[in-house]
Amino acid sequence: MTTRDTSYAAVMARKNEIMKASLGIDYDDFIQSPIAFDYERMMSETGYSHADITRIQHETKVGDTPLFELHNLTKAVRSISAPGKGATILLKDEAANASGSFKARRASISAYEAARKGYPGLIAATSGNYGAAVASQAAQRNLKCIIVQEVFDSHYIGQPEIVEKGRACEAYGAEVLKLSVGPELFYMLLRTLEETGFFNASLYTPFGVRGIETLGIEIAQQVRARYGKAPEAVVITHAGGGNLTGTARGLLAAGCDQTRIVACSVDLSGLHMASNRDFNRKSFTTGHTGFGIPFATWPDRVDVPRNAARSLRYMDEYQLVTQGEVFYVTELLTKMEGLERGPAGNTSLTAAVTLARQMDQEQIVVVQETEYTGAGKHHNSQLSFARQHGIEVRRGDPKDNIPGKAIVIPERLDQVWGKVQDMDRLRLSYLKNAARAYPIDQWDENDINFLAADMKVDPIWVRQNTKLLG
Amino acid sequence: MNQIPSGTWVEIEQVILTPEQRAPTLPEDTRQVPYVMRVSGFLIERAELGQPASIRTIIGRELRGVLVTVNPSYSHSFGTVVPELLTIGTEAEQ
Repeated sequence: MTTRDTSYAAVMARKNEIMKASLGIDYDDFIQSPIAFDYERMMSETGYSHADITRIQHETKVGDTPLFELHNLTKAVRSISAPGKGATILLKDEAANASGSFKARRASISAYEAARKGYPGLIAATSGNYGAAVASQAAQRNLKCIIVQEVFDSHYIGQPEIVEKGRACEAYGAEVLKLSVGPELFYMLLRTLEETGFFNASLYTPFGVRGIETLGIEIAQQVRARYGKAPEAVVITHAGGGNLTGTARGLLAAGCDQTRIVACSVDLSGLHMASNRDFNRKSFTTGHTGFGIPFATWPDRVDVPRNAARSLRYMDEYQLVTQGEVFYVTELLTKMEGLERGPAGNTSLTAAVTLARQMDQEQIVVVQETEYTGAGKHHNSQLSFARQHGIEVRRGDPKDNIPGKAIVIPERLDQVWGKVQDMDRLRLSYLKNAARAYPIDQWDENDINFLAADMKVDPIWVRQNTKLLG
Repeated sequence: MNQIPSGTWVEIEQVILTPEQRAPTLPEDTRQVPYVMRVSGFLIERAELGQPASIRTIIGRELRGVLVTVNPSYSHSFGTVVPELLTIGTEAEQ
């Protein structure tokens, strides 16, 4: 048996062959240039119809989650809104999926595909709910599971939410490789894929994204059945882009082409995502700008050759909210609506409060996920941990919130006000990244059209702004 | 000599990359520390804490590293009370 070189550079250099073997997808089939590829064909060639996906998900306790009207919160929002304003806020209780989050939708199709193709197990690199979802789906399909997770800083300390996420993976029978802070997580994923021959249950394959489409379809069906129309807006917590992409694709498939797709992330500006020191100062483990902005403006920074999660392709608006606002709204959901849920869905709920205030009372805004909560994941755990680590926690004006230094929890609901981002700035940043990947003077018609579709703009916009970039 | 019996649920540690072997683009504070992994499993042969040891993980893989923890457990909790949260959404704040 030959021993392969496992140095950082050597493993990274074998990236493409490892990926091909661990996914059973030949991306070369779809790639047209260093930036353009046939996205729709890649998505459809998974070979699964929506009916197939629904059936597969029902086999492993995924989908058909309840949609709740948040009567009391809607009433509270109306009481601080201008006359006639204050849309009805609905919440899709994705915590009801096996493993407690919408991530089960993503993992379900990968697990099915891995079993169908005869892989002995699944691997995913994630520090989020996705690990538990993969472990739970693997358990139900009799597959082995390894989760590669960034857990602790150089003092072996991890945020309670991360520790809980690792525990959940082990609870579902996964082997968890707990790693210190660093982007080498990807290197470790590649090494482990190569060692084991397991299936790469990446968040960013077509399987990982198509599984979420049922979430958008269910929202369309449930809102139509109860209110006789499509929702005016759906708010989606945004990190890597899969949640937004899959949900939006599902809504479109169900004919909701007028529904506004609103992304929301927790603003963590000022904190470095690969910093050992900042690691435990975030108070959030996902759904934040550390993922949200880079993934929106360059989706192909991932563990597969081309990312199936392409958020700017579907995004109409992007709001940033503060840590303190999310904790405030989480507490309101508990006390006013009788639902204790984890932080991720409450990020979009925070944006929904801002949106509902500006929308008419007859309109509907849907918060499309919740996640489970409990020891470690609870907002009290995260706040108590932050305080222990020298971060100031107080009530006040959320404008004074400084990530890593001060978490300022609003004093009143009318202080909750998400910051709307300039979409064109995000698109320009995407364009610059594309120019870095492939020099502009080599772009052809197909590249321009791809970029336009990928940013939800007209090709004329791409041409004009490309000129500006020089 | 404090020998841990084989079959005990333990945690091992491996230095995956020393600071010099790490990825080229890292923030200064991260570059100064090694890239470390910890994994739990059943001890294959008796060993001492702080010494090299092999484990069989829950899915049956054999991994080697330095024995760092016996009966690795979870103790994360809801934390100490954060009084700032208590009155949110109650009459006390209306």
